[in-house]
Amino acid sequence: MLFFMETVISGLLAGIMYSLVALGFVLIFKASGVFNFSQGVMALFAALTLVGLLSGTVPFTHVDNPSFAIPAWAAIPLTIIVMIIVAILIERFILRHLVNQEHIILFMAMVGLSYVFEGAGDIIWGSDVKVIDLGLPHGAWDWLLDTHGLYIEKIELVAAAAAVVLVVVLAAFFQKTRIGRALRAVADDHQAALSVGISLRYIWIIVWSVAGIVALVTGVVWGAKSGIQFSLSLIALKALPVLILGGFESIPGAIVGGLIIGVGEKLAEVFGGEVIVAIFGRWFEIDPGIFTATENWFAYVLALIFLLFRPQGLFGEKIIERV
Amino acid sequence: MLYRESGQFKTSYDADQAVFPILQDRLCIIAILAFAFLAVPFFINDYWANAVLIPFLVYSLAALGLNILTGYCGQLSLGTGGFLAVGGYSSFKLMTSFPELDMILVLGGAGVTTALVGLLFGLPSLRIKGFYLAVATLAAQFFLIWLFYKVPWFYNYNATGQINVFPREALGFLVTTQKADPVVRYLFTLSIVVVFALAAKNMVRGRFGRMWMAIRDMDIAAELIGIRPFLMKLTAFTVSSFYIGVAGALIFSVWLGAAESGETYGINESFLVLFMIIVGGLGSILGSFLGAGFIVLMPIGLKNLLVDWFGMSAVFAKHLEITTFGVLIIFFLIVEPHGLARLWQIIKEKLRLWPFPH
Repeated sequence: MLFFMETVISGLLAGIMYSLVALGFVLIFKASGVFNFSQGVMALFAALTLVGLLSGTVPFTHVDNPSFAIPAWAAIPLTIIVMIIVAILIERFILRHLVNQEHIILFMAMVGLSYVFEGAGDIIWGSDVKVIDLGLPHGAWDWLLDTHGLYIEKIELVAAAAAVVLVVVLAAFFQKTRIGRALRAVADDHQAALSVGISLRYIWIIVWSVAGIVALVTGVVWGAKSGIQFSLSLIALKALPVLILGGFESIPGAIVGGLIIGVGEKLAEVFGGEVIVAIFGRWFEIDPGIFTATENWFAYVLALIFLLFRPQGLFGEKIIERV
Repeated sequence: MLYRESGQFKTSYDADQAVFPILQDRLCIIAILAFAFLAVPFFINDYWANAVLIPFLVYSLAALGLNILTGYCGQLSLGTGGFLAVGGYSSFKLMTSFPELDMILVLGGAGVTTALVGLLFGLPSLRIKGFYLAVATLAAQFFLIWLFYKVPWFYNYNATGQINVFPREALGFLVTTQKADPVVRYLFTLSIVVVFALAAKNMVRGRFGRMWMAIRDMDIAAELIGIRPFLMKLTAFTVSSFYIGVAGALIFSVWLGAAESGETYGINESFLVLFMIIVGGLGSILGSFLGAGFIVLMPIGLKNLLVDWFGMSAVFAKHLEITTFGVLIIFFLIVEPHGLARLWQIIKEKLRLWPFPH
């Protein structure tokens, strides 16, 4: 039972990490209808920038110069400024020209953008694996290990806290501020928002900046867990099943979807082989070890099964179709 | 002056229903085919065949398949890499289980297997639409790659987990492995692609193509006028997977000669083929070829330009190449979202009036 609990809890915590990535997607999809495939690479780029500033890497040379190193309290705002500049550039050079295009065109433009980020990150900061050190705690949480014998990584708790803070701040931002109200208006209807005097460009820059900041948080948390390298950008692929499970437009959906997928994945990893053998073992000879390394596809299949019953995801807006 | 249809009267039903109703189009096609079949084999060498011509042809075939599904039937799919893998691995199994089998039959068998798998993964499309479907097809991609990597039966229990091609003949000519003459391999691939392209061109003009397009444009309206979305979406998935399966088998057997599920048929292939049909033109047979040509040739051109002309280091050039690739894709989408095929359409319109614009 204890082992089962441990699996579920670590699944929940991993799920929160997925939710963090999915959050960035949802924000942009809500406000601009763009399916931002580049969110994962954006997280990588933000984390690379932060590490580069912290260690004083001279851009384009990949050489560390400790005298340029910037302390964390200055490097984090600087990275945020970089992400805002990136948001302005994206609006200026891509989104502005693609207003009113079909969804698939926008999606492919975002895939193209992810190539640009990937190449640019490598050219500016180098492609070797980097370690981020912001003083985030590592190792197991001793108190829980001693009293209940549960093994929980501290970094996952930090991630959970970061996700909770982000969701609260974002919810407050969306519900309580003037800009938040304008954002919701744009999400509802581009044209109606334009006609009451909301500037679409301004809103898009804000949304992309917020997504950039979410990307930074994601990049730092995931980077602290597994090092900052190219594979970090693949977390976008982890977030996609979370998104379709929760629904593209829903922030609570991203959180709940992440939790379901996190737990489901961990359970499948640990108990999947036994279950498969228990069901099919009577007819076939199956090696229980075969059901390993399923983390690439299990989440997708889980999401697919949910979708067959609710095609718009758990919390997505009901799809109303008219001829 | 040159490209004009005035004076070409259709006097019979056959002429009215011709695939290429304009004489100049027919001449153009004949000229291109004659060049590809008769002229190219004389100056082809190993490098040209392996790096340029065969990749261009097999990717054209894959792009044709995806275009049927995405361009004509409107079902966005990101599972192309997985279906290519099914083609590759089933051709390997057929090759090793029936060593006497002609390559043409092997390719056909690989196509049919992939079509069945595509049919299976097309089933969710009946309930799921748009981006939700696109992400659902990713399930196919990741699951199939995992399957070919995990179940040793697919690669005949060999130690490396890789599949390697054996010498096999088509109509008496050796077409696989490095021992095969590049000219033969090129002509074999070319013939298959030409046959499939003509079939596709005819299919999309006919009953099925029109029903697919009706589903794409508005599925509910199509249903109301008596088209069954169930049947049409599944046929699109099946036909498209057949094309992609044959392309996957060609990638493995004729082009590369060896394959590994995650390396050769990864998620990047899915995006690459999707790029081809978007850059080339959604819902256009010509566009599939133009897009494949562009995506296959651009990296080679960029690499030659950066490394050989500007003398950059290979690593830096690789990164710059990725960035440039992304920039060019975005540039294309902004300038001409309907693809290269649309540019050709505009050129044709202009040619009709040239040199008298009024």
